[in-house]
Amino acid sequence: MPELLCVRNLKVSLRDPPTGREGWVLRGVDLRMEAGERVALVGESGCGKSVTALSILRLLPRPPMEISSGQIEFKGRDLGNLTREQWLEIRGREIGMVFQEPISSLNPVMPIGEQIAETLRNHSGLSTGEIRARTLSLLAQVGLPDPPRLLSQYPHQLSGGMCQRAMIAMAVACGPSFLIADEPTTALDVTVQTQILDLLFRMTEEQRLAVLLITHNLMIVRGHADRVVILYLGLVVEEGVPGEIFRHPQHPYTEGLLAALPEVSHKGRPLYNIPGVVPSPFEDLKGCAFADRCPRVERKCRESAPPLLETRKGHQARCFYPSGK
Amino acid sequence: MIKRFFSHHPLMFWGGVIITLLVLCALTAQWIAPYDPIRQNLTQNLLPPSIHHWMGTDQYGRDVLSRLIYGSRVSLSVGLVAVSIYILIGTTVGSVAGYYGGWVDGALMRLVDILLCIPTFFLILMVIAFVGPSIINIMVIIGVTSWTDVARLVRGEVLALKEREFIQAARVIGMKDSRIILRHLLPNALGPVLVVATLGIGGAILVESSLSFLGLGVQPPTPSWGNMLEEGKDHLTDAWWLITFPGMAIFLTVLGYNLLGEGLRDLLDPRLRGSGRQ
Repeated sequence: MPELLCVRNLKVSLRDPPTGREGWVLRGVDLRMEAGERVALVGESGCGKSVTALSILRLLPRPPMEISSGQIEFKGRDLGNLTREQWLEIRGREIGMVFQEPISSLNPVMPIGEQIAETLRNHSGLSTGEIRARTLSLLAQVGLPDPPRLLSQYPHQLSGGMCQRAMIAMAVACGPSFLIADEPTTALDVTVQTQILDLLFRMTEEQRLAVLLITHNLMIVRGHADRVVILYLGLVVEEGVPGEIFRHPQHPYTEGLLAALPEVSHKGRPLYNIPGVVPSPFEDLKGCAFADRCPRVERKCRESAPPLLETRKGHQARCFYPSGK
Repeated sequence: MIKRFFSHHPLMFWGGVIITLLVLCALTAQWIAPYDPIRQNLTQNLLPPSIHHWMGTDQYGRDVLSRLIYGSRVSLSVGLVAVSIYILIGTTVGSVAGYYGGWVDGALMRLVDILLCIPTFFLILMVIAFVGPSIINIMVIIGVTSWTDVARLVRGEVLALKEREFIQAARVIGMKDSRIILRHLLPNALGPVLVVATLGIGGAILVESSLSFLGLGVQPPTPSWGNMLEEGKDHLTDAWWLITFPGMAIFLTVLGYNLLGEGLRDLLDPRLRGSGRQ
């Protein structure tokens, strides 16, 4: 499969204006995606998942954040030096995005149909009639009932799940080849979560759409991703196919994440949690980012940073002492 | 729902009634005014209110009621046009400053600060002294000197709105800045602007009346409520009707707009809306 997206050594700095201190939100992220591939980006809050997504679209809140180094290639094209106009063409047409809060991600004073039509109008030379027809078919595709009525309905008249379906319709309206889904189910009911994920992945199969699924929920990754990338403090700490990661986690952080899943924990015993807290982005790290919370920490871990190495076939981890060795 | 709203906001209802009557007066002036507002009849001057002249006549024998009805056209159009101009300028400046931030915001807001330092009324007086008084000039001058409050208000709204997720979503779609401002930001900031506009019309009418009273506004013989007051002030002691009726008209109109504005504010403020509907 041809390479769709290639992020190399992406570093994003964060400046704290009152103190002038500089910290790192991303400390060198590498990410490769192939056409039609579904990659899950997993990590806890503040590890840089959303920042990675926003960097790809060049929509970081600047200031305080700034891409300080690294390269992002999309379809073999360097995204680093595009003009404003070129960006307007890529966003929405080539890369779509679905957000965490479906209701607040829709304009509260604009009917749903109008918002989808806006996207189409923005990128295609379709006539008003064609736009209407396409909007109706998109609404039907994402499984929303009674599309003609929805055209004139406002976001507050819809449920969260319905809004998220509408958001997905908007994101895929112009037929992008890459979709970023930033915690698309976090704000939704558990029963609706699976439906939305199924919908998302059905759409991606039909349109050969690559998806970067950002989540902190390992469980939803299991059946829905071709590859899992685990992020900790702005670094990829483990990467591999879901089956491998779930059965043979290599990095102690991944082990901790898995142990903390309610499904895995044993009945009657308190839920496991990883001791310690995530270091602040302003902390200067010499050794491994996870050293202070790691149960297997050795002196070497505090002195130098481990590289990302293949520990099993198709499975990489950033650890000097991966489990099983 | 509208009926229920009005029953909970009787003041807004009465504001609406006053403004509707005023608009009707202005639109149908040539049919409902009993006399020609500028034709003089010196044999019938300074008559007190009677069956023939409900509001009496002025020192040139013109019918006060007819002049009052025609004067509503001036007041209403000055209010509407001046406010439209300053809403347009204020919204543009405010949304550009709020959306782009940085030095653009800094420059525009310092300009606003400078304008706010100058008492608007004296600024208007000064400009009128240069360009000469006429209805059009007054509208434009009120418009271009009074936009600062609107600019600040819109800037604040836009600052808050642009951090919302649907604006981020619009950027992700690849929408141009101008389109984001026009289609997504401004419609969401419309509520407070509408309230300020309504309240502003009353203010603009007052400014026009004040200018006309000082002789720098609408020029005779065209009747305006302000210049009627000005002409009537010489007869304060012997012809009370010359001052009282235009004064009442100004008072009622400004009151009407203010009531309407206050009501709109309640209607559009979700925190107050709940309590209003219970």
